[in-house]
Amino acid sequence: MPKISFVDAINLAISHSMRKDKKMICYGLGATDPKSIFGTTKFLEKDFGKKRIFDVPTSENALTGVSIGLALNGIRSVVSHQRLDFFLLAFDQLINSAAKWYYMFGAKKPVPITIRLIIGRGWGQGPTHSQSLQSIFAHIPGLKVVMPSSPQNAYYLLKDSIFDPNPVVFLEHRWLHNLKSNVSYKKSNKLSGSKVVKKGKDLTIITMSWAVHDVLDVSKRLNKEGIDIEVIDLSVIKPIFWKNIFASIKKTGRLLVIDTGAYTGSISSEIISEISINYSSRLKTPPIKIAMPDFPEPTSYGLTKNFYFDKLEIIKNIKKILKIKKTLQIEKNIKLPTHHDVPGEWFTGPF
Amino acid sequence: MNNKTLLSMYKKMQFFRIVEETIAARYHENKMRCPVHLAIGQEAISAAFSQVAQKGDYVMSSHRAHLHYLAKGGSLNSMISELYGKENGCSLGKGGSMHLIDLKVNFMGSTAIVGNTIPISAGIAMASKIKKEKSMTFVFFGDGAIEEGVFYETVNFAIVKELPIVFVCENNFYSVYSPLKPRQPKDRKIFKMVEAMGIKSFKADGNQIKKCYRTFSDAKKYVDSKKKPVFLEFETYRHLEHCGPNNDDNLNYRGSKEILRWKKKDPIINFEKELIKKKLLNKKKIYLEKNKIKKIVNTAFFKAEKSSFPNQKEAYRNLYA
Repeated sequence: MPKISFVDAINLAISHSMRKDKKMICYGLGATDPKSIFGTTKFLEKDFGKKRIFDVPTSENALTGVSIGLALNGIRSVVSHQRLDFFLLAFDQLINSAAKWYYMFGAKKPVPITIRLIIGRGWGQGPTHSQSLQSIFAHIPGLKVVMPSSPQNAYYLLKDSIFDPNPVVFLEHRWLHNLKSNVSYKKSNKLSGSKVVKKGKDLTIITMSWAVHDVLDVSKRLNKEGIDIEVIDLSVIKPIFWKNIFASIKKTGRLLVIDTGAYTGSISSEIISEISINYSSRLKTPPIKIAMPDFPEPTSYGLTKNFYFDKLEIIKNIKKILKIKKTLQIEKNIKLPTHHDVPGEWFTGPF
Repeated sequence: MNNKTLLSMYKKMQFFRIVEETIAARYHENKMRCPVHLAIGQEAISAAFSQVAQKGDYVMSSHRAHLHYLAKGGSLNSMISELYGKENGCSLGKGGSMHLIDLKVNFMGSTAIVGNTIPISAGIAMASKIKKEKSMTFVFFGDGAIEEGVFYETVNFAIVKELPIVFVCENNFYSVYSPLKPRQPKDRKIFKMVEAMGIKSFKADGNQIKKCYRTFSDAKKYVDSKKKPVFLEFETYRHLEHCGPNNDDNLNYRGSKEILRWKKKDPIINFEKELIKKKLLNKKKIYLEKNKIKKIVNTAFFKAEKSSFPNQKEAYRNLYA
């Protein structure tokens, strides 16, 4: 298994899909420019030619409609946007058309399109370059919403999204782009989510995207202190795959949901609601939700200092739910990043 | 234009009008429980189009779509059943009047949001080009769609990509009750403005069917030979209200002189006179033709009424493919 970056995993998933489906095309603003959407579309023009991968006008709404039309006439496409926020101009095509087409025309034609949206964070991305709006997409019947967290699941989730017969909103977090890990090139499968990424019996933590890594790091280290946490990486935000979630709650009886989106009306609210409705008798303590504040993300380095939740915040809530009063080793030893607003040394802006 | 074409265009217009008038006449029964946007007065454009479009050509439309659907050969029975919300409706009763589809004749869909199918049509045209099909795509919309950003986005993209698409603007001067005056600058010529983007544009009187026919033929030839998109503007007028079966002249948003002027330009009455003069038609032939059409239309309504509603479980089926 080769060790590759998240960016390369995305790139390979597109490339392998284009090899598999000879008609499939890929486009987006900057898809063939020198930076090739953070490197995610690099080499594709050389491998597949200008007809199958190309740059486009800055017309998010029309280009979404174009992808629907392509699908209706037998051509699958991947459309990429460098920020989720830019794509908000395309809500008519996404919500009124793509999401409903198959249903509202009596199941005559499916709309297999994949829309890649990149979510920013920190380094002054500010109010309109950092929105994590998975819950808005998840609210629309007919859409599928996917949020990978690692090179491995980025690779297979993207391939599964591309070959899914429905419109898929694929949300990539910019902070994951440089992450490296071993990847096996699995064949495409039916899109599925809610993977248990760490087994445990004391507490279920459900999370997504970049937050998975902080949660996993904390949970693994807490094992040494006798705290056994089960971690579920949601991966597919819509439809939610409840089976593993319910099974985990039945086992642990405790729920902490950690969300990269804003607190109110979030997908974590939905999870807590569903668990409360169906499994309240199994819960030993009330569930807890950690999410982003109900404010736009400010730009200033100073203002974002305590805007995000960090590992200490996660630990604090784990202790609360498990009713742990004493100071844990991890709290004494934890090393927080020098700068709160970057995922690592590799990120030097500007976006 | 030979006599056969002239006569079939006349028959198409009569067919369209009788369908729409029957909908209007029976709407008050409250069995067609969905909004309808009738195109009485605008028949010439669709009838001319029906003679020019080839079987393989794709068509999309917006909320006022009945005639475009029928012009491409869409099933009348499936459309009327759809209006009644029945299980044999073209969209299984999930779409209604504003969501028509008939894939057998490449009518790819009509939707209810102004401008919404314009970019989708460009995608269909692009796929045709990629697959090296000979067909082209026609997308119908009104003057309101010219005010939507997505129109400009799509025309720009169609020009850049040299897509085989014909943009057809049926300018009936009103967006719901709003005239052009508060919406677009005085003396704007829509087709001239669009032409300035770098797309071949034609304009014609949408109530004169022979002019409509020539315009569609020219457009088709242009797309076939130059492999580039075309924009068409047809001026026309709806006789009834924006949405629903009645006239709404009592609201006075359209002046009585204006309404009268356009009613004098009725595409069917004028063309009928011309064909009578040419001895292609006479009173008896007209009577027989209309009767024939009425039988077909009444049968469609009869069948639709007799059909069942879809199983209620269908409301919860086919969300995902």
